[in-house]
Amino acid sequence: MTIHWEKLLGVFVVSFGATVAVVTLVTLALLGLSARAARLGPSDAPARPALFSPPAGTAVAAVCLVAAALVVLFGLWAIVAR
Amino acid sequence: MTTMVIAVVLTALVFDFTNGFHDTANAMATSIATGALRPRVAVLLAGVLNLVGAFLSVQVALTISSGLVDEARITPEVIFAGLIGAILWNLLTWLLGLPSSSSHALFGGLIGASWVAAGSGAINFSTVVGKVLVPLALSPVVAGVVALTATAVVYRLAAHGDRRTLNRGFQAAQVVSASMVALAHGTNDAQKTMGVITLTLITVGLLPAHAAPPLWVIASAGLAIAAGTAMGGWRIIQTLGNRISDIQSPQGFAAETASTAVILSAAHLGFALSTTQVATGAVLGAANGRRKAVVRWRVAGRMGAVWLLTLPAAATVGGLAAWVARGPAGTVLVAAVAMAIAAVIYGLSRRKPVTAVTVNHPPAPRPVAIAAPAAAAA
Repeated sequence: MTIHWEKLLGVFVVSFGATVAVVTLVTLALLGLSARAARLGPSDAPARPALFSPPAGTAVAAVCLVAAALVVLFGLWAIVAR
Repeated sequence: MTTMVIAVVLTALVFDFTNGFHDTANAMATSIATGALRPRVAVLLAGVLNLVGAFLSVQVALTISSGLVDEARITPEVIFAGLIGAILWNLLTWLLGLPSSSSHALFGGLIGASWVAAGSGAINFSTVVGKVLVPLALSPVVAGVVALTATAVVYRLAAHGDRRTLNRGFQAAQVVSASMVALAHGTNDAQKTMGVITLTLITVGLLPAHAAPPLWVIASAGLAIAAGTAMGGWRIIQTLGNRISDIQSPQGFAAETASTAVILSAAHLGFALSTTQVATGAVLGAANGRRKAVVRWRVAGRMGAVWLLTLPAAATVGGLAAWVARGPAGTVLVAAVAMAIAAVIYGLSRRKPVTAVTVNHPPAPRPVAIAAPAAAAA
């Protein structure tokens, strides 16, 4: 019996990187959108002042969402092409 | 002979159905718990995506046991007995509301049945260690560490944002991540049944060697797993979504993303990991990634015990079934007893039913009161 440790390490590294990248992108996008929400009116509990100005926030959100969508598409490709 | 083949095909489809409702939780439990998707919508979505997944996958693994047993010695009777063992174990764990790997149940059933039918020489024990025990130990840990880190990152970053925007955004993101898990599940698990049916047909000469599964096999396997998924294994969904911890939408999103990444990257590198073990590990990791979250380790411990028991328990039932199911009368007897046990399990489940309505309101664990308030995200 052989355990393919290098493959297992590969699974760990790839899934770690992909997951942290996707959640970071989505969270950044939501932070960008938060900037808009802050301008639109008082909200439940703005914990801290928004990170971005509204236009910058929108731009950040758009870029991050596109990047996250690309990762999802890559995932779909991985499912279909297997 | 033909009757036996029909019995195997039908039993395989029943197994596929139990596989479906056993595994709805893997994709949808946290989305239902956080309110990202309404319970019935979630299980229907998972069912449809499982059906799509069954048709999407290009390769059907033409192996029943992934080399765990000597496939040259497998007869339709052995497959039938193995499937019975797997089905009964799936039903019992469903009754207890505990997620457990349907693949391991199938492997166990086949190992037990082959052992009885062809002796211990038919079993490749080193492959069992390499393909079942090692992944069993490692996949929840890998998924858990990834989900824990992702959850910690999300909460650290999200401290700066507008709470309402974040909540809505993470719920939307959860719909996508849960769908990915369901789709990946469909491509993996429906294939198992297709492989079993196709190989049975090849064994008896109804299909030429190395034949691809016919369309009716793909369609019936896809429909069986989709129907099972859409039934919603509410008992297991409740355990994974509510009883391990109070999962919030960022945690659910992190857990589902981690599950998808681990399953897909492993499949790409030629591993077949149990979706159940990956998803459960990810939920545990996400639960630990948020500060002040309550993690009920006793529930997790019970799951771990069930995972260790899955293979030997299904093997025992499979072996017993193989011992009885020699000849047509024995086969009919096994089928009748299995149906009776299934009916009893169903009857027991009606005593404390868990439905789409009650899935998000678990009973408090017996003596100890829950310290944390119920999930805030509704």
